[in-house]
Amino acid sequence: MSAITPEMVAAHQLSAAEYDKIVSLLGREPTYTELGIFSVMWSEHCSYKSSRLHLKKLPTRSKLVLCGPGENAGIIDIGDGYAIAFKIESHNHPSFIEPFQGAATGVGGILRDIFTMGARPIAVMDSLRFGPPTDPSCGARNARIVDGVVAGIAHYGNCFGVPTVGGECLFEPCYNGNPLVNVFALGVFKTDEIFYARASGVGNPVIYVGAKTGRDGIHGASMASAEFTEESKQKRPNVQVGDPFMEKLLLEACLEAMKTGAIVGIQDMGAAGLTCSTCEMGSRGGTGIEIELDLVPQRATGMTPYEIMLSESQERMLLVAEKGREEEVFRVFRKWGLDAVTIGQVTDDGILRVRHHGEVVAEIPSRDLADEAPLYDRPYTAPLRVAPMEGPEFQSASLGDDLLKLIASGDICSKRWIYEQYDYMVRTNTTAGPGADAAVVRIKETGTSIAMALDGNGRYASLSPRGGAKLAVAECCRNLSVAGALPVAATNCLNFGNPERPEIMGQLVEAIEGMGEACSFFETPITGGNVSLYNETLGEPIFPTPVLGIVGVMKTAAPVTVDFKGPDRTILIVGGLGDCDLTRFGGTQYAKVILDRMWGLPPALDMGYEKCMQATVREMVCAGLADSIHDISDGGLAVALAECSFGPTATGAVIDLDSDMRPEFLLFHEGPSRAIISTTKPEAVAAIAVRHGVAVVRAGVSMKERLVIRNRGNVLVDLGTRELRKNWDGALARLLSGKVTH
Amino acid sequence: MRFGVVVFPGSNCDHDAWYATSRNLGQEAEYIWHDSKNLGSFDAVILPGGFSYGDYLRCGAIAKFSPVMAAVRKFAQDGGLVIGICNGFQILVETGLLPGALIRNRGLKFICREEPLSVETVNSPFTCRLAKGARLRIPIAHGEGCYVADERTLDELEAEDRVAFRYLDNPNGSLRDIAGVLSAGRNVLGMMPHPERASDPLMGSTDGLGVFQSMAASFAAQSR
Repeated sequence: MSAITPEMVAAHQLSAAEYDKIVSLLGREPTYTELGIFSVMWSEHCSYKSSRLHLKKLPTRSKLVLCGPGENAGIIDIGDGYAIAFKIESHNHPSFIEPFQGAATGVGGILRDIFTMGARPIAVMDSLRFGPPTDPSCGARNARIVDGVVAGIAHYGNCFGVPTVGGECLFEPCYNGNPLVNVFALGVFKTDEIFYARASGVGNPVIYVGAKTGRDGIHGASMASAEFTEESKQKRPNVQVGDPFMEKLLLEACLEAMKTGAIVGIQDMGAAGLTCSTCEMGSRGGTGIEIELDLVPQRATGMTPYEIMLSESQERMLLVAEKGREEEVFRVFRKWGLDAVTIGQVTDDGILRVRHHGEVVAEIPSRDLADEAPLYDRPYTAPLRVAPMEGPEFQSASLGDDLLKLIASGDICSKRWIYEQYDYMVRTNTTAGPGADAAVVRIKETGTSIAMALDGNGRYASLSPRGGAKLAVAECCRNLSVAGALPVAATNCLNFGNPERPEIMGQLVEAIEGMGEACSFFETPITGGNVSLYNETLGEPIFPTPVLGIVGVMKTAAPVTVDFKGPDRTILIVGGLGDCDLTRFGGTQYAKVILDRMWGLPPALDMGYEKCMQATVREMVCAGLADSIHDISDGGLAVALAECSFGPTATGAVIDLDSDMRPEFLLFHEGPSRAIISTTKPEAVAAIAVRHGVAVVRAGVSMKERLVIRNRGNVLVDLGTRELRKNWDGALARLLSGKVTH
Repeated sequence: MRFGVVVFPGSNCDHDAWYATSRNLGQEAEYIWHDSKNLGSFDAVILPGGFSYGDYLRCGAIAKFSPVMAAVRKFAQDGGLVIGICNGFQILVETGLLPGALIRNRGLKFICREEPLSVETVNSPFTCRLAKGARLRIPIAHGEGCYVADERTLDELEAEDRVAFRYLDNPNGSLRDIAGVLSAGRNVLGMMPHPERASDPLMGSTDGLGVFQSMAASFAAQSR
C-alpha cells in the first residue's frame, strides 16, 4: 500500500488539520481504504461539521415525538397505536449533473430512510427550485433540467408505488447552475413495529441485502460537499443509477423480514454506502462490526476494498439478525428474489474491522468515524445581502394585466404539467392531492389523516434569513390549518452556499435561529432533516433556501377544497387585509414578476396573531362551516382570489374592500396570517373569528364566471374566470416549451 | 363472492384492488402470489396495476411467463371472470387473452388524472350494472396506455360489441378512444383506467365501484 501523500489528502477534500486528527486517532497513518472511509464519514454531507453546532438550537422534543434527529427519520405518535416516520432530504448536486437519475435516486434514498425504520411509505412530496426556463443564457438547459428531474421523480415514485402528493416548484436565476431537489417522504407503522439502526448482540450476523455493489456513486457524499466548477460535469459517474423495482422488492422483503422477529437492527446504505451503515450501526449500538468484503455481492469484477466500501450503489440494506435465526431472514429475501448474505458479525471491541481476502484493510474505532468527526464553529458575520433596502417608485398601468401576468408566472402558475406525471393516487389514500394548500393522506387503519406541506421562500430568506425562516414555518403551519389539521412536527432541509464564507455562514446561523424560534412557538419540533451546503456554482451562491416540511394530524373527513363552489356564498377574509409598506413589498411576487426587482424586507410576521388565526380557521373547517378555504401567500389577495376561481364551476366573486392601502399593496402584498373562506353561514364564521380575537373582513359574494375586485367603489380588477384560468393552467407548459421569452 | 388479487413482484395497486373489493364492495378478497400454479377457489381474478417485474423489457412482457398466468389463462378459458387493470390490461394483451397492444402515450409522458369515460356496452359481467352511454369519472395513471390494434381487429371489436369503455377526452392517443375491451367470451376485461381508485366516497368518485358491483351481480345471477 502506497504511503498517503498531501495530494491524496487534498483530493479527498480533507484539510491538513483533519488528516492530522485522523493520524492521532488511529495512532498511525491510515491505509488508502481508511483514508477513503474517513473522507466520506467526515464530509459535510455525512458529518454536518459546519452546521451541527447551530442545529442544536432547534427544538426537537414534544410529547408526540417518539424519535428525534439522529436516526434515519423522525417518528411521531399519531394515536391508536400508530406512528408516522418522515424526513426531507436534498439531492441537489446529483440532480444538476444528471437530472433524471439524480432526482430518481433522491426519491429512492429518502424512501429507504423511511422503510428501514419499519414504516411503509405512504406519501412523497418534493420541493424544487430551478433557473427560469426563460433565462436568456441558459433557459433551454434549465428546461431540460426541469424535464429530467420531474421525469426522474415520476419514474421512481410511480414504479415503487408511493403517491407523490404535493410539493412546490419555484424559479430564480440563482438556481441556474444549482437546482434544488428536496424530497420528503412519510411512512406509517404501529408504534410497536419500530426498528432502529443499531448493531447489538455480540456474535450476531451482519447481513447484506438488496442490489449488488458496483463502482457507481463512489464519492457521492464528498461531491455533495463541494462547490460546482467546470470540472463538475466530469463527475457524472459519481451519480448513481436507481432501480425502483428493486427498491419495491426491498421494501416488501424488509417489512416481511421484520415481522419474523429475527432482525435486531437495520440501516440502509445511502450516502457513503457500506462505510456509513457499518460504522453508524456499530457506533449507535456501542459495538464493533467486522466484515469480509469477499462476501459482498459485487456487480463488477476486481473491485478494490476502497471501491467496495465507498460505492453508493442504490437499493442496498445492512441488517443485524439474531444469531441462529438467519435462515428465517434469508427465506423472506429468497421469496422476493433478492441477495441476502452474511458478510460479518457484531463484535465487542467497538472497532469497524474490514477484511479483504482475509487481510485486514481497515481497522477504525466506529466512534471515531461517526462521533469524532470535526466540529467547526465557522466564523460568521452579518448575512450576505445583495438587494437594496429602498424600493423604487412605481405605478401600475393596469392592475388586471398585472394579475394576468402574475398567475401565468413560473412560481404561481398551475403545476399540473409536473404533478400529472406523478401517480398521486396510488394506495387510494390521497384525499387532498397536488394543488391543495396541504396534501392530506388518510390512514385506513385508524380514521386519522395526515396533512403535510412543504414551504420555503428563498426571496424572503435572502432579504432576511431569520425572517424568511420564520415565515416559512408560519406558512407551512397555515397550510395545514386551512386543511383542518393541527401541526405537530417538522423536518427541514437547509440549502445554502459555501459555509466557509462568513457572510454565507451568517445566513445559515440566522435561518436556523429563526426556524428554531418559530418551531418552538408553533409547537412543531424538528425531528430530523438535512443540510445541503456548497450550493454555489463558479462562486455564485443560491439564495439561502430553508425548506420546511410540516405534518399535521386530523380526523379523516372529506376535504374542503380551494375553489368557490357556486354563486351567492359569502366570502370572508379571516385575519383581515393585513398591512404593508414599500419596504415590506420588496420580496413579493409582484416585485419580482411585474417590477423585476427585489428590495427591502420580507413581510412582517406577528407569530402570536398567526397562531390565533390558524386556530380560528381550523375551528371553522372542523365545524364544517367552510365551503371553500385558501390561504393567502405568494401573489397576495388578488392571486389567492383568482386561485379560488379555478374550480370546475368557474365561480368567481365580486369583492368590495375598504382600505387606505395603495391598490398595488392591497391586491398583491404578501402579509401572512390570512385566508379566504366562502360560506353559507357567515355569522357563525365571524363569531369564531371574534372569539379568537382575529380580524375578519366580509369581502363580498361569489358569482358566476367573473372576478371583480373594487376598493371603495373603484374597480381594480374585472376579469372573466375562464380567461384567468387559461392563463394560469397552461403557463408552465408554455414556459418550458421555450416559446415564452422574458 | 371471492376475488383473487394476483401479486407480481412490482405490483403496486394490489392492495387498492383488495381494499375496493373487500372493504368498499363488501365481498371476500385474497391475494394470489405470482408463482402459484393453481389459483384455488376464486370466483374472479384481478390482475392489478403496477410494474410487474419492473416492466423493464416491455410492460407485461415478463409477467406473461409467470406460473400464475398459465393458471389465469386456464381459469379464463373455463369461463372465469378476469379483470386486468392498467398493468393488468397490459399483461392480458401480452398473454393473448385480449387483442391489441398498449404502447407509450402519445405525449410520451406518464399521465395521472381523473378522466371522463363513457360506458359503451352493458352486455358484460363487468358493466351489467352500469347504464349504456353513462359518463364515468375514473382516474388513469399510466405511461403506456395507448391502445392500438389493426383496423380489422378494431372493426371486429366494435362489431362484436366488445369495447367496454371509451375516453371522452382521449388522453393517450388510443385508437378509436378505446379505454377498455372485452374478450370474445366476454368474461375477460382489460381497462387502463383504475376503477379501484374510484370506489371510495373519500376518493372523490365512486363511479368505479359499479364495475365491481356488476361482477358481483353477474356472479350472483350465475350461481342462482
